[in-house]
Amino acid sequence: MSTMSTNQDTLPAGPDIRPRLSRDDILMRGSMMVIALYLIVTLALPLYTMLSKSFSTYRVELSQYEFQVSDEAGVFDGTILTADELNRQLGVYSDTDLTTGSDGRLPVTGFFPDFSFRSPVMYQMRNTTEAGRFLVGSTLNEGTDWVELDSNTFRRVQMRPVQARGLGNFINYFSTPALFNSIKNSLWISVVSTIVTVTLAFWFAYALNRSCMRFKGAFRLIAMAPILVPSLLPGIALVYLFGNQGMIKELLFGASIYGPIGIVIGSVFFTFPHAFLIISTALAISDARLYEAAVSLRSTPWRTFWTVTIPGARYGLISAAFVVFNLVITDFGLPKVIGGQFNVLAVDIYKQVIGQQNFEMGAVVSVVLVIPAILAFGIDRMVQSKQVALLSARSVPYQATPNPKTDRIFLIYCSLIGLFIVGLLAVCQFAALIKFWPYDLSLSLKNYQFNKMDGGGWGSYFNSIKLAFLTAVIGTTVVFFGAYLVEKSNGFKTGRSIFQMFAMLPMAIPGMVLGLSYIFFFNNPSNPFNAIYGTMAILVICTVTHFYTVSHLTAVTALKQMDKEFESVSASLKQPTMKLFARVTVPVCLPAVLDISIYLFVNAMTTVSAVVFLYSPKTTLASIAVLNMDDAGDIAPAAAMGMMIFYTNAAARIVHLIASKGILARTQAWRSR
Amino acid sequence: MLQKTPPGELYLSIQNLWKAFGSFLALKDISLEIKEGEFICFLGPSGCGKTTLLRAIAGLDLQTKGTVMQDGKDVSNLPPSERDFGIVFQSYALFPNLTIEKNIAFGLENTGRSKSDIAVRVSELLNLVGLPDQGRKYPAQLSGGQQQRIALARAIATNPGLLLLDEPLSALDAKVRVHLRHEIKELQRKLGVTTVMVTHDQEEALAMADRIVVMNHGVIEQVGSPTEIYREPANLFVADFIGEMNQIQSQVTKGGRLSVGEKTFACLSHTFNDGTPVIAAIRPEDIIPHEAGYLDTGGNRNCIEVTLDEMEFLGSFWRCRLNNERFGSSELIADFSINAVRRLELEEGRSMVIELPENRLMAFDIPEAGA
Repeated sequence: MSTMSTNQDTLPAGPDIRPRLSRDDILMRGSMMVIALYLIVTLALPLYTMLSKSFSTYRVELSQYEFQVSDEAGVFDGTILTADELNRQLGVYSDTDLTTGSDGRLPVTGFFPDFSFRSPVMYQMRNTTEAGRFLVGSTLNEGTDWVELDSNTFRRVQMRPVQARGLGNFINYFSTPALFNSIKNSLWISVVSTIVTVTLAFWFAYALNRSCMRFKGAFRLIAMAPILVPSLLPGIALVYLFGNQGMIKELLFGASIYGPIGIVIGSVFFTFPHAFLIISTALAISDARLYEAAVSLRSTPWRTFWTVTIPGARYGLISAAFVVFNLVITDFGLPKVIGGQFNVLAVDIYKQVIGQQNFEMGAVVSVVLVIPAILAFGIDRMVQSKQVALLSARSVPYQATPNPKTDRIFLIYCSLIGLFIVGLLAVCQFAALIKFWPYDLSLSLKNYQFNKMDGGGWGSYFNSIKLAFLTAVIGTTVVFFGAYLVEKSNGFKTGRSIFQMFAMLPMAIPGMVLGLSYIFFFNNPSNPFNAIYGTMAILVICTVTHFYTVSHLTAVTALKQMDKEFESVSASLKQPTMKLFARVTVPVCLPAVLDISIYLFVNAMTTVSAVVFLYSPKTTLASIAVLNMDDAGDIAPAAAMGMMIFYTNAAARIVHLIASKGILARTQAWRSR
Repeated sequence: MLQKTPPGELYLSIQNLWKAFGSFLALKDISLEIKEGEFICFLGPSGCGKTTLLRAIAGLDLQTKGTVMQDGKDVSNLPPSERDFGIVFQSYALFPNLTIEKNIAFGLENTGRSKSDIAVRVSELLNLVGLPDQGRKYPAQLSGGQQQRIALARAIATNPGLLLLDEPLSALDAKVRVHLRHEIKELQRKLGVTTVMVTHDQEEALAMADRIVVMNHGVIEQVGSPTEIYREPANLFVADFIGEMNQIQSQVTKGGRLSVGEKTFACLSHTFNDGTPVIAAIRPEDIIPHEAGYLDTGGNRNCIEVTLDEMEFLGSFWRCRLNNERFGSSELIADFSINAVRRLELEEGRSMVIELPENRLMAFDIPEAGA
């Protein structure tokens, strides 16, 4: 009994022990800060710029301009006229004329009904405040000195607006029915697409997990195919099927495919694999013991379905619903191609920015679009965190028993879904290979002469491959290293949780919003990063950031399965953490690393939304080329390019499969006993 | 590595250590001294702070306040990589993608040793832990016990001054556990390395440790050799946690004797005042059985008549439940040897006399409720 401690219940006063950081700690914290900084510059700052843009209003303040007019001889009598007063007398500009964008400019000659540019009359003009600005030609005049101008120059004078902060843009937005109707439209097609997709995907996944149907492998493969193409490709196929000269447009009984019908069908196509994957996972982990219990209690299959199957899969269903909803409401390519006059939010952003150059309104629509996207994302995260505890270690996997009748029904059902997916792709390929639908059906490769079309030609295809490759390599490195640092560094709790938050954010930000915020942030000449604007670098950065979250979660999941004491052991052996990272962590997590890289590659090939604002003539992309060729009426070449993306992604997947098998066989020998 | 401290001298000194997780105090004012070459076990129920203390010594989770001196050097705020220890975890934490050899060699690299030196040292260590031919295998190809021996070899490869074992045997089968604990003890004795082991298994601690540190609720309840801890527990917690202990509500009466009902018993000396309510405690194996009527003939005042309620055969002895209305609802548990049971012809339902030897009957404070 050498030592007895006195039992006290309060910490003694005095400073806490401050850890002395090892070189590794400093290195890891430093690297984490670098990656956090990367996320701040590529995500937080652009979004903030966009948000502030949405609250920026521009108005021409007439009270800050004064004029003097001379007689014919050029002599001024000293009478000073204010623009405000003149406008009140003459009613030249209404209030809405004065409210304008950052680029707004208004001429002043309207204030002088006698004005003629040939007249010898001279004009003087000045700002009454230091904030006032007006243009003479392209020269900006600030300050309150009088500027004398002859009549010919005076017609080139334009008043410039003053920036203010306020809700003006939002008020404007919500008082323009043409704009806010898009909210209703977006919500409507998203809800309908979600219900249809989740229902179809559920039965498809159910057939694959719970029946003894044949050809399951093939169906699984087909279900994943839409991931490999841009979301606008089904739109092109639908135009060929149901458009004005569509192959089977009679099936629509006169309804137009251009609009909600087309968007919903296309959305079902491109969101199907996402819903299928999530629901399939949920169904795969159900516990057979519950079904045995149901049978022994003599429950009818129908009752068992509602009391066992659906509750077991409910988190999967909810999660799938929100993921699909999010994908549809934020998608831009499909409604652009097939939406016709049916406006949705994502396309509004594009129209405001590219069509009308109204950046403030684009920012407002972006803010409006972010709200449902963040809500859907937040609910999905909440639901997923509940899913975890569902499966106990003692669960027994469910084994389906053959039932010829239902198996046949499922086979027919899955074949129909498969036909839908393969059919749309086949239509695109068919369209790409024939000369001129519907007049000349002979086969030709002329639609592959991309260099003769708008959109950047074959160059954009190779740009896309370059982008996809760079995104895969750089993105995987940044994401995996970042995830490692946040999972395995010591202490530094606040820093780590802030990092986690930043890593989750991109998922909630629609691509259009990200792209637009990049314009605001990087296209500002005073931004030190301005140099990357219009280069391949900004496309890579934007794409990595856009798809950061899923990659990060994949990496974190893999890292969480590593023994958390590896770092402790390595430190006790006085070995640098980076040696452990290179020799153990990366090799063990190699399957996840490869998954992240193929995910980034495929998405970089197909993405349209974020990069549509950011490409330059030198960095056109294949997916954008599809969009632009379609826009220009070259639908067949658009289909051809879309299918090129499909084949490239399919090839990348196959290479990935072979490569990972080869690499895994060599590096994962330790997995087998 | 040079070991400056000669055996038996102070090697590790922990002074007034506190650890707070938010408002929860995991360690409260812990002070402890460990000598060079000692094998120390931190023993206690889960959540008592024993692993927290080990991790503070290693620098893996720094204490909030307090000092850790190792080998005469203040290491209180040093990161693990600047301290001198090897560590073995319950999960083995072997690098799964490296062979056994590479695992052991991991800490030997970058230390100025040549490749052939490393190879020699690795095979030396493999011999030491009794797995000379397993070097080229991967961890997953070995059994749990073998993996733990490799983890041990890796931890001692660089001759650290301090070996930390965090529940190293808890993940293993009972038989392997007994075997391996013997081997670890042998190895430790051979190497003479100061060792701290965390365990919740009292048998393990009793078998392996030179000294046991019994912990509960973030404080040290007692430090002592296994026999001290077992024979002279400092308080009821230690008495109850290690081994089994009968507890009887009683009161101190004249001459320090303990009264249970109308009967009083002589007991080990204590410092309680007359009239204090205490717990009288005795271990099941310390109760001596006598035939019925022994009370009258011998007149031994520490004897009492009981009914033998229930007998349970546990292989090497019989566990018996004894009843006397004086004990209230609680029964006494006694372990009687097979010989004694045969000699006294004990069977369920019979009356008998038991003796609570004066030098084995202890008096303890009544613990506060909830403590």
